[in-house]
Amino acid sequence: MNAAVPSPHARGILGRRDDFPILKRSVHGQPLVYLDNGATTQKPSCVIEAERRFYLESNANIHRGVHWLSQQATELYEKGRETVRALINARDAREIVFTRGTTEAINLVAWSWARNHVKAGDVIVVTGMEHHSNIVPWQLVCASTGAVLKAVRVLDDGSLDLEHYRQTLDEGRVRCVAIAHVSNALGTVNPVAELTRLAHDAGSVVLVDGAQAVAHQAVDVQAIGCDFYAFSGHKLYGPTGIGALFGRLDLLDSMPPWQGGGDMIRTVSFERTTYADVPQRFEAGTPNIAGVIGLAAAIDYVRGVGLDDIAAHEHELLQYGARALHDIKGLRMIGTAPEKAGILSFVIQGMHPHDLGTILDMHGVAIRAGHHCAMPLMTRFGIPGTARASLALYNTREDIDTLVSGIREACKMFRLEH
Amino acid sequence: MADMRQDLRELYQEVIFDHNRHPRNFHALEHASHAADGYNPLCGDQLTVYLRVEDGIVREASFVGHGCAISTASASLMTEAVKGLPVDEVEALFQDMHAMLTTSHPEGRDFGKLEVLAGVREFPARVKCASLAWHTLHNALAGTGDTAKTE
Repeated sequence: MNAAVPSPHARGILGRRDDFPILKRSVHGQPLVYLDNGATTQKPSCVIEAERRFYLESNANIHRGVHWLSQQATELYEKGRETVRALINARDAREIVFTRGTTEAINLVAWSWARNHVKAGDVIVVTGMEHHSNIVPWQLVCASTGAVLKAVRVLDDGSLDLEHYRQTLDEGRVRCVAIAHVSNALGTVNPVAELTRLAHDAGSVVLVDGAQAVAHQAVDVQAIGCDFYAFSGHKLYGPTGIGALFGRLDLLDSMPPWQGGGDMIRTVSFERTTYADVPQRFEAGTPNIAGVIGLAAAIDYVRGVGLDDIAAHEHELLQYGARALHDIKGLRMIGTAPEKAGILSFVIQGMHPHDLGTILDMHGVAIRAGHHCAMPLMTRFGIPGTARASLALYNTREDIDTLVSGIREACKMFRLEH
Repeated sequence: MADMRQDLRELYQEVIFDHNRHPRNFHALEHASHAADGYNPLCGDQLTVYLRVEDGIVREASFVGHGCAISTASASLMTEAVKGLPVDEVEALFQDMHAMLTTSHPEGRDFGKLEVLAGVREFPARVKCASLAWHTLHNALAGTGDTAKTE
């Protein structure tokens, strides 16, 4: 294995490692090798500093104060909305609703849109590679409306069975299609623009779960054409507890609120309450203001580094990692779709992912071991779970090398005669 | 670092590998008088424990299922350990094992071969792997029909 020659753009991006203070930590006496970015990414200093500065200098509640600080906080918050709009190229900042994360964004659509538009016998379509957060909200909708949930099959290489997708749409009565942009367990990148077009032809609304996509490639919701797009800040180098839902303005406008409280109303009396316009209608209560400001800083950061460069760097690492893992006997890669983002998911004959996870941890290597909140997908591949190394812009070939040598040592410990 | 490597060696002792590769009493039990399922939703470990109890004594114990090396070895060692024990002693052993895995070694208890599981205490994330079989055993004897869960 030769870790010597990263490409020119990789060299540029590698300088960014210093932006992440936590990467200087050691774990069990070993330098930290953080390969659990699919779970959450680390935060650059500028994000940490942006949140800190907000509390130091600008903290106040928004949308209500006549005082100077409140106006400043409101401006920062709404500027954050514009930053999110620009990131995903939405047409209008009013199409951006702040949520706690992807899960809450999906639940918002399930509660406010689906429950009011889906009837008994209608069909909601998901795929076999969805995260539980893009399955369970729809099951709840089905349970309360009598709609039917259908799951599109996944092929052996981890890509979506497009033939089965078309067939499912052809069976009729599909009102909602909810699909992952990038699979968290396999890294498969779904052709969301094409899937959206087909769903629209069938008269369905489309929600794309972008949790694993936004930090790794440029996303354009207008080019995709989807009606809803959900993502989390913390997988995008931003804080936890903040995320966003993009919704087409006319759809959002037609949707009733799903949580009541302050900030989401126009007038309240005991006889009749009228609701605020979108997006405030969906942001009841004091929101995560510092989170929005941290998220905006994170978005400025990734756009500064360049999402195309990040994608190229991670793709190169993915290829490098896939080749290195391929050489380990008894290792089976789960998810080898032609279109793949930076996720290496695998099982090793004779060693459970959790045992590997513990041994790698002793080498300072953080990976995820388990079902990745995608139990139906694990069942489809006939495995209880996988070991998953997921990449971010700060990962290096050396990180992959440490991962691989840790796996080899684990195999030696387990006396696997591969 | 030396300490952590030492902990790792204490967690993954030869006996653990042996019982992982060749689990003992790894089959369903016909004519079982007690059985229970155990499941760890976090990692997907799943097992069923079977017992044949006669005259208050565990005559046979076995298990089926799948899990990591720690959970498989723990279940395998457990079935060996409880065979021939009176039911009340099995219950006492469960309590003592639970203490050994989570807090400290109970005074005066000789765990015999089960001692190899003591290393788990240094790995909080893995305690559930080792204790799943024991909780399942406990439920089987209690006869509640509940699936044991460690999460």
